[in-house]
Amino acid sequence: MIPASTAGISFPATLLCLAFIFLVPCAAAGLALISTGLGRSRSAAHSMMSAMCVLAVAALAYFVCGFAWQGFAGGPAHVASVGGKEWNWIASVPFFLRHQALDGSPASLVALLGMFSVGLAALIPLGSGADRWRLGACCASTAVLAGCTYPLFAHWVWGGGWLAELGTNYGLGRGFVDTGGAGTIQAVGGLTALSIAWILGARRGKYTREGLPTAIPGHDSVLVMLGCMLALLGWLGLNSAGAILYNGAEPGHAALVAINTVLFAATAALTAAVITHTRFGKPDASLTANGWIGGLAASSGASAFVSPGTAAAIGVLAGLLVTFSVEWFELHMSVDDPGGSISAHAMGGLWGVLSVGLFARIPAMGGAGMQASGPGGQWLAQLVGIATLIGFILPLTYGLNWLLDRVYSQRVGAEGERQGMDLYELGAGAYPEFIVHSEEFTER
Amino acid sequence: MRLFGFLLLLAGWGIVVTALALMVADAPRIAFVLAGIGVEIVGLVLVIRAHPVQRGAHE
Repeated sequence: MIPASTAGISFPATLLCLAFIFLVPCAAAGLALISTGLGRSRSAAHSMMSAMCVLAVAALAYFVCGFAWQGFAGGPAHVASVGGKEWNWIASVPFFLRHQALDGSPASLVALLGMFSVGLAALIPLGSGADRWRLGACCASTAVLAGCTYPLFAHWVWGGGWLAELGTNYGLGRGFVDTGGAGTIQAVGGLTALSIAWILGARRGKYTREGLPTAIPGHDSVLVMLGCMLALLGWLGLNSAGAILYNGAEPGHAALVAINTVLFAATAALTAAVITHTRFGKPDASLTANGWIGGLAASSGASAFVSPGTAAAIGVLAGLLVTFSVEWFELHMSVDDPGGSISAHAMGGLWGVLSVGLFARIPAMGGAGMQASGPGGQWLAQLVGIATLIGFILPLTYGLNWLLDRVYSQRVGAEGERQGMDLYELGAGAYPEFIVHSEEFTER
Repeated sequence: MRLFGFLLLLAGWGIVVTALALMVADAPRIAFVLAGIGVEIVGLVLVIRAHPVQRGAHE
């Protein structure tokens, strides 16, 4: 691995990297549209307002302390010595981006990409908390995610932390590899979405007294599909910028990354469409959209290190995983996730992380060609990363959000759910000239 | 049961990290990492079972 801060990148590569990073907000816009479209019409304005506030709070929290704790490879950090090896736990960059040259240096590009990435991660729980998550609680939870949870894991992976150093310290391949944030952005955001869904509980009327789920369809499939198109644009930038900044890829490598990203999304979405068509007689738009996003989430793991054929195969498996896990979460785990965020981002992201260990051909240290990941090497590093996400990040994000819920209730009251979040929290609906809802989804 | 599940998740992660730090040979290191992940799976099952259908819980 070439540490971004010490290797430096050429001027053309810097320009290209900036252009890629400027595409990332398209992914945020896409996710906001998807969450809104899959929610109810009576909460549409609230959903978009929440998305904007979440992006703002995430950027602010990342500016205040997020980047200071994430840091960058080769930057100042707190290191503990365990068993004669150095364990890099957390960065020690000054708060408020002080003393940081914001001049196109690799560290400044990392800060910019991090600011957009943390917003993307913070948007993911909006899908699982749709129609019942208070605006103030969204913002407070985002501050916790962007100021604490995300920077900690991002430092371990992208800031020269102990996960990134598993290769150097213990000979596990090239250490934990995550091209564009399958673990760092998607899985962290997806596991936070799971925590939020657990803490909030299901929407009123979602489950019958016998525990069977009722269908509460999204209100606008057009918004959802438009969101998917925008998300693809953002992911092209995210994966390409990540490959250059965090993995030392040459700018020309972005062509492979982009082709693979499209193939991941395409095969995952088509798989979801075929599965739903086979099972239900017609393809399901929302599950196909979830498959698309799940494919994109998985692409962030290995898109820089697999051939297009392998990318297509991983995408097919991502589509299968996401489609069945949506049903599994709703039916068997009783988790009400209106936006499918947990399946698309957590499951897709974790699969993307694992796929690096199973299929990636990663350049050797020093960039001398490509080598196959050896047994006991890269796959074990990826497994350690997954174990860290589930064994440490999930309890951490659940615990912090549970504490927040004790101080400031995250779920809106029953009257708010009945009226809709728009009227209750914002005082006006998204579509004031139309009668857009009825009481057909009240509990039976 | 929920608290115990989360404690098991953390304990599993602790086993994984400890295996990395203390085991030198590949075979026991892999075995202990997999054992840690196994403990995490048990913890995850407990956490999932501790969150039943919450209909009416907030009404």
